[in-house]
Amino acid sequence: MNLTLKVWRQKNAQTSGKFVTYKAESISEDMSFLEMLDVVNESLTKKGEEPIYFDHDCREGICGMCSLYINGRPHGPKRAITTCQLHMRSFKDGETITIEPWRAAAFPVIKDLAVDRSAFDRIQQAGGYVSINTGGVPDANEIPIPKVIADEAFNSATCIGCGACVAACKNASAMLFVSAKVSQLGMLPQGQPERWSRVQSMVAQMDEEGFGNCTNTGACEAECPKEISLTNIGRMNNDFFSAKLFREEGVHDHAQ
Amino acid sequence: MTLDAKIPQGPLAEKWSKHKFNLKLVNPANKRKYNIIVVGTGLAGASAAATLAELGYNVTAFCFQDSPRRAHSIAAQGGINAAKNYQNDGDSVYRLFYDTIKGGDYRAREANVHRLAEVSVNIIDQCVAQGVPFAREYGGLLDNRSFGGAQVSRTFYARGQTGQQLLLGAYSALNRQIHHGKVKMYTRHEMLDVVVVDGQAKGIVTRNLKTGEIDTHAGHAVLLCTGGYSNVFYLSTNAIGSNVTAAWRAHKRGAFFANPCYTQIHPTCIPVTGDHQSKLTLMSESLRNDGRVWAPKTVEIAEQLRSGKLKASDIKEDDRDYFLERKYPAFGNLVPRDVASRNAKELADEGKGVGASGFAVFLDFADAIKRLGQETVAAKYGNLFDMYAQITAEDPYTQPMRIYPAVHYTMGGLWVDYNLSTNVPGLYALGECNFSDHGANRLGASALMQGLSDGYFVIPYTLGDYLATIGPKAVDKTHPAFEQTKQDAIAHINKLLALKGNKTVVEYHRELGHIMWEYCGMARTEEGLTKAKGLIQALKADFWKNAIVTGENEEINAALERAGRVADFIELGELMVDDALMRRESCGGHFRLESQTEEGEALRDDENFAFAAAWEFKGENQPEELHKEELIFENVKLTQRSYK
Repeated sequence: MNLTLKVWRQKNAQTSGKFVTYKAESISEDMSFLEMLDVVNESLTKKGEEPIYFDHDCREGICGMCSLYINGRPHGPKRAITTCQLHMRSFKDGETITIEPWRAAAFPVIKDLAVDRSAFDRIQQAGGYVSINTGGVPDANEIPIPKVIADEAFNSATCIGCGACVAACKNASAMLFVSAKVSQLGMLPQGQPERWSRVQSMVAQMDEEGFGNCTNTGACEAECPKEISLTNIGRMNNDFFSAKLFREEGVHDHAQ
Repeated sequence: MTLDAKIPQGPLAEKWSKHKFNLKLVNPANKRKYNIIVVGTGLAGASAAATLAELGYNVTAFCFQDSPRRAHSIAAQGGINAAKNYQNDGDSVYRLFYDTIKGGDYRAREANVHRLAEVSVNIIDQCVAQGVPFAREYGGLLDNRSFGGAQVSRTFYARGQTGQQLLLGAYSALNRQIHHGKVKMYTRHEMLDVVVVDGQAKGIVTRNLKTGEIDTHAGHAVLLCTGGYSNVFYLSTNAIGSNVTAAWRAHKRGAFFANPCYTQIHPTCIPVTGDHQSKLTLMSESLRNDGRVWAPKTVEIAEQLRSGKLKASDIKEDDRDYFLERKYPAFGNLVPRDVASRNAKELADEGKGVGASGFAVFLDFADAIKRLGQETVAAKYGNLFDMYAQITAEDPYTQPMRIYPAVHYTMGGLWVDYNLSTNVPGLYALGECNFSDHGANRLGASALMQGLSDGYFVIPYTLGDYLATIGPKAVDKTHPAFEQTKQDAIAHINKLLALKGNKTVVEYHRELGHIMWEYCGMARTEEGLTKAKGLIQALKADFWKNAIVTGENEEINAALERAGRVADFIELGELMVDDALMRRESCGGHFRLESQTEEGEALRDDENFAFAAAWEFKGENQPEELHKEELIFENVKLTQRSYK
C-alpha cells in the first residue's frame, strides 16, 4: 500500500515545528506502524536527509516508550494497544495519516515526535513507593492478601507510563496515571502506613508539573493502551479528600 | 594472567554465609564518602542502585531510555523462581541449585548457582514488601506455577507481566532514593567508555543523547547492569535499543568477555514476515502443552501453502509431519527449547517451512479444541491467542499458529568472579550482562531471579569489601586518563559521523544478523563458522567505508547512536564466532553439528571443555587471547541429557 504522511518535524525544544509531507511507498500491511516509519526513515537516510525521530524500544507494548498522536488519537485508531502494536492493515491504501507528538505543556517536545515525560518520573519520586529498605522484611506469605484485592491492585499496576492519558485529555490531566499508582498501593496492606501522605505528595507534585485537572470526560480511559479504569481516579479523590479533611499529615513528612 | 574466581572455601551450603562474614565492611559514616556508578536500570541496575543508596553510598545511575522504568526487564513474561517450597512439593535450595546447574548443561560455577538459589527466597519477600502484586490463591497466599526444567512448582508470577511488576518494584525503590538525594539519575545517557586509572575502574564517559554532550563521571566503582546482546542477531525478542556497547567498550579496556557463543533460542515466537521486520515477539512456551507442532510432509505441499493456494486446514492428516512427536515419542511437543528450535530450523532449511517466507512451522490447537472445547482453550491461552491475532491478523482458533524460533537471551557476558567483579578491579557486572549463573543454557524464570539476586543481595555485600580496601579518598578527576578516555570517545564519534557512504547502518545490522543466524545460530559447524568469520571481517571493513551516518553530534541523533552500537555488535559477532569455533563440543544453547549423540542431542566433551572461556582483547583487529577458568564440580555428577 501507498500512503501520505503528514509528520510533525521540530529540531528541538527551542525552535518551532511544522508539518512535513512524506510518501510511504510499498508498505506491507503486515508491518507495524513503527516499521512503516522505519522504512520511511531508511529512504530519508539514503537521500542524506535527517530521519524522523520518535521514541520506541520494546516494540511489544510494555515498555511505554512509544507514543505518537495518529490521526488525532493517542496510539492510533485501535483500542487497548500501543503504537508499536498497531499494524498497517488498520489503514487503507492511499490514506493520508497525520502524525503528531503528545501535546501537553508538561510534556515539552524534545525533537520531532518525542516529548519529555520526566514529569511522570518526578511524580513517582514524590511518593510512589513503600518506604522499606532491602532486607529485614517479613516472609512473603506473612502478608495474606485477598485475591480480589491483589487482582485489582495488579490491574492498576499494569500502567506503562506512556502518557496517552495526558495526551488524550483536553485538560492534559495526569490523574489517570497518578491514580493508578495511588490505587495500587492504597489497596494493598503494604501501602497502608503511608497511604494518606503518599496521595498528598503525589498530587502536589502532579500540580507542580503543570498537569490540568480532571473534568470526568473519560478520554484517558478510552485511549489507555492498558485499559486503566476511571475507578482509579475515584479512589484517588476519595483518599485525597479523606487525607485532607480527616487525616492531615504534612506532605513533607513523607520525605523523612 | 590466571583467572581467580575467588570461590570461598568450605562446604557448598556454607560458602556464602562464611564469605559474607569474611568480607570487609565500610563504616556507616564513611559510606557517604563513596560514589558508585551504576549503568543500566533494569532489574539488576535499579535494585543495586536503590540498595547501595539505602546503605548510605552516593549513587550515580544512567540509562539510555527516557525513564529508568523502561529497561527491557519490563518485557519478561513468565515468572521468577524461588526455592520457597510453599507448595510442599519437595522444593529446596539444593533442588533449585541442582536444576539450574543441570539446566545449564554443567557449564556454570557451582558456588555462584548455590548462592543464587539461597537468596531466591529473600527476593520474593522483598518484592512482596514493596507492593508487587504477585498472583494469589483464594486463601490470600502466593500462587505458584511450574516451568521447564523443574518437577516442582516454584515460579512466582504476576499474570504474563512478571518482569514489569518486578521492575516497577525496583523502580519504586530507586525513586525513593532519588527523592532522598542519594541517587542522581541520568536518563537519555549512553555509556561510551570506562575510565581506567592504574588498572582500576574509576569512572565512565557518557554521551547525553539529548544534547550530544560528552562527559566524564568519577566513581569509586563502576557497576555495569546493561543486559544482554541478543540484538547481535538483528532480530531477537530484545528491545530495539538493547545493545552491547557498555560491556563491549569495557571489554576493550581490559575486562574479559566469557562464553560469548552461549545464546538461547526460544522455539515459539511469531515468525518473520519480511525484511522490514524490526523485532520478534515471544509466545509463551506453555502453548506447547496443548499445541501440536507440525510441518507438511513434502516440499510440494509446503510450496502451495507458501503461495496461498492451500490453507493449513486443507492439508490431510496423512500429509502432516508431527515431527517432534515422531522423533521424540517420550517428550513429544515438550522437548526442551533447544531441541524444538533446531528441528523447526532443519525442516525450514529443507524447504518444508510454511508462511509467506517459509521460515515457520505450525502449532496446531485443533485437537485440543476438539478435546477440551474452545472455551477451555480460550481460558488457558486467550491472551496469547489475542496477541497472535493482533500481529498476524489470523485466527488461531480456526487456523494453526505459525511459529519459528528466535534469539531471546544470552548466557555469555563479562567474566566475573564470585564477588561479581570483572578482572578489572572496581568494575563489576550484574544481571544478564555477566556470564555467571546460567552456564550454557538458562532455565525459564531464572533471569529475573538472577538480576535481582545480584542487585539486592550480592553486590551490596561484595562491593563493600573492595571499597573498604581502596579507602574513601575522593577519586581524582584531574587524572589524565579521564580526559584521554573522553577524547577517545569523541574521536570514535567523529569517525562515525564522517561516514557518508551509500548503505544505511540498519542494512549492516540486518546483514550481520543474517550471518550470525545462519552460521552461529541454532546449529554450528567448523565450516560455517569459518565462513562467518570471513564474512564478518568483510562486513566490518565495508561498514567503516560505506556506511551512512546522518546528522551531527550536538543533537538527538538516532542514526549516530545506532551506528555506534552496530559497530560494536560487528566486533562482538566475530568474537562469538571465535568462541563457537574453539568450543568443539555441544552444550546447552551451543550446538556443534559435529558433536551430537545418536538421538541428535547436544554431546558435551567434559574432559576437554569443562571450562568457562574468558577472552582478552589484544588490540584492534588482533586475535583475542583465551583464558580458561576450569569448572570444578564437587557436588553434582555430570550426566548426559536424554529425552527418549
